[in-house]
Amino acid sequence: MSEMTRLPLASETSTKAAKRRALRPSLPYLKSSLLGSAFTLWDCYCDCDSMDHGGGEASAILRQLEDLKASKSEIERQISALEARFQEIALQQPNGSVSNGSCPPTIPSVGSGYGHDLSPQMIYRYSRHLLLPSFGVQGQSKLLKSSILVVGAGGLGSPVLLYLAASGVGRLGVVDHDVVELNNMHRQIIHTESFIGQPKVKSAAAACHSINSTIQVVEYQEPLRTSNALEIMSKYDIIVDATDNAPSRYMINDCCVVLGKPLVSGAAVGLEGQLTVFNYNGGPCYRCLFPTPPPTTACQRCSDAGVLGVVPGVIGCLQALEAIKIASAVGEPLSERMLLFDALSGRIRNVKIRGQSPQCVVCGVKAPFSKQQFQEFDYENFTHSPLTPLPLKLNLLQPDSRINSKEYKEKLVSGEAHVLVDVRPEHHFKIVSLPNSLNIPLSRLEARLPEITSALKEKEDQRGTDSGSGGQVYVICRRGNDSQRAVQYLQKMGFTSAKDIIGGLEGWAHEVDPNVPTY
Amino acid sequence: MLQFLWNFDHELHFYSVCKLCSFYNMQLTLEFGGGLELLCNSVKIHNVNVELQNGAEKLTMKDLLSWIRTNLIKERPEMFMKGDTVRPGVLALVNDCDWELSGQLDTTLEEKDVVVFISTLHGG
Repeated sequence: MSEMTRLPLASETSTKAAKRRALRPSLPYLKSSLLGSAFTLWDCYCDCDSMDHGGGEASAILRQLEDLKASKSEIERQISALEARFQEIALQQPNGSVSNGSCPPTIPSVGSGYGHDLSPQMIYRYSRHLLLPSFGVQGQSKLLKSSILVVGAGGLGSPVLLYLAASGVGRLGVVDHDVVELNNMHRQIIHTESFIGQPKVKSAAAACHSINSTIQVVEYQEPLRTSNALEIMSKYDIIVDATDNAPSRYMINDCCVVLGKPLVSGAAVGLEGQLTVFNYNGGPCYRCLFPTPPPTTACQRCSDAGVLGVVPGVIGCLQALEAIKIASAVGEPLSERMLLFDALSGRIRNVKIRGQSPQCVVCGVKAPFSKQQFQEFDYENFTHSPLTPLPLKLNLLQPDSRINSKEYKEKLVSGEAHVLVDVRPEHHFKIVSLPNSLNIPLSRLEARLPEITSALKEKEDQRGTDSGSGGQVYVICRRGNDSQRAVQYLQKMGFTSAKDIIGGLEGWAHEVDPNVPTY
Repeated sequence: MLQFLWNFDHELHFYSVCKLCSFYNMQLTLEFGGGLELLCNSVKIHNVNVELQNGAEKLTMKDLLSWIRTNLIKERPEMFMKGDTVRPGVLALVNDCDWELSGQLDTTLEEKDVVVFISTLHGG
């Protein structure tokens, strides 16, 4: 709090008004946050008074902790914003007459008289860059003047943003519509636990500012679409594709071609990664390489196929490197080449790929893509997949071939003779499974049908003669898609009354037993 | 390759013998990545001997693809091929070079070549 009140009093300079402007929103906020704290203390007191020392007190403390953490991150964000604003003002002052109470004495900032425009602070901050003969003052100056847009603040975007902020890219844009979740933390290292539930762009911007308060970070908390892509991307020199789906990759590529921007493209799933630079210096674009989109079944996602956290980390670091090389005009960007990374074998392969294709429908010389064509193009239809992917929800079966998890719970309670087949892969089954379920992965269903027959027979034998018509087969999977495929097959193979459990284990966890972990 | 063989007696001998019985095995290293290995028992690297068809003097990528489809792909061949070529989204590389640069399906393979098939990734 003392930081907040001290800042506007720090100096009587020409920028005082600007500072006051920047601080204005924070004063009402402080008032409300103090009131908030008072209420949480009151709640806590009441809990103690009623002698409830168990869950009540714990939840009051938790609430108070959450409130305080929220206040803390808000104050940190405001400090970063003020520091960035201050730096910006300092840069605009030709004589560097601005001084910051919390910083060492007055610094001459621009036009240091050394033949470049790096301030003493910048020289010190980026000294290790400046010491590189092949990078030096020239490379750093270019970097400081550059602007880079990172689309996606996830596994790839995290290291990209951290390194670009640290290295001093003048203006860094970040686009993401998503919020931080617990299952992001193992790979999306820019986010911290205190930001769970909050927008990724907010979290990412705060992290970038805490590393380097002297750069400008622009937040776009929205999905990138054909309607906003041209406007957003046109403001940047270089675009980094750190997204996680095919339609976004085609859309970002096409927009880069239309606007003439180089594109640093990276991807990582499982234990492999790929990296290349498109639309750079007459090199190919994404469509030159992949004119036809792949079938949707070939587009694995991290949330289905899994990913070792460090793999997108490696590719993201390399994307940051390529972006820095292009921005500072140093080295050979990875154009017309592709880097293939195989984490398990530790192998990195650098392959030569085709050049720009004259037949390319987007960058080809014959008919280059126009802005209007771009805005009218339907990327979701082209790739048969959504730009902001949600878990797939198939509907393959008749309603009477399906039951929901509450209905299945009733069957369990009533003791109905049945066999529960779990068709997830074995390694999923090992994470969590329902008691008494029989694991037969969908891919092995055909070969292992006899196991279902014998399990049914066993149930019948246990029950004696009262179930002459044969026991019931229920099928479960993770989300309720594969279970439908399995039931379709089982019904064809004579298990006519087989039913799937709607929503799978996730549905069960939400509707019946919240203690069953989801993944 | 021919020139190479002429330089070594034993290689010459081997080649001659095979010439007589008009078939010949070509040793190749095949690699599958980006998820394509799942179609071949999750094995990424395959050292194979591809038998040339009777009378054939060379092995092209077209021949190799049909050989792979018959001998290596264990499931969902449509995830590897479409028609007589690789499906969209698969990059084929001959000795670390995009097959577009060497003639695509008409690329002629040579002994000890390394052919890589990579499915493009989209995740992040």
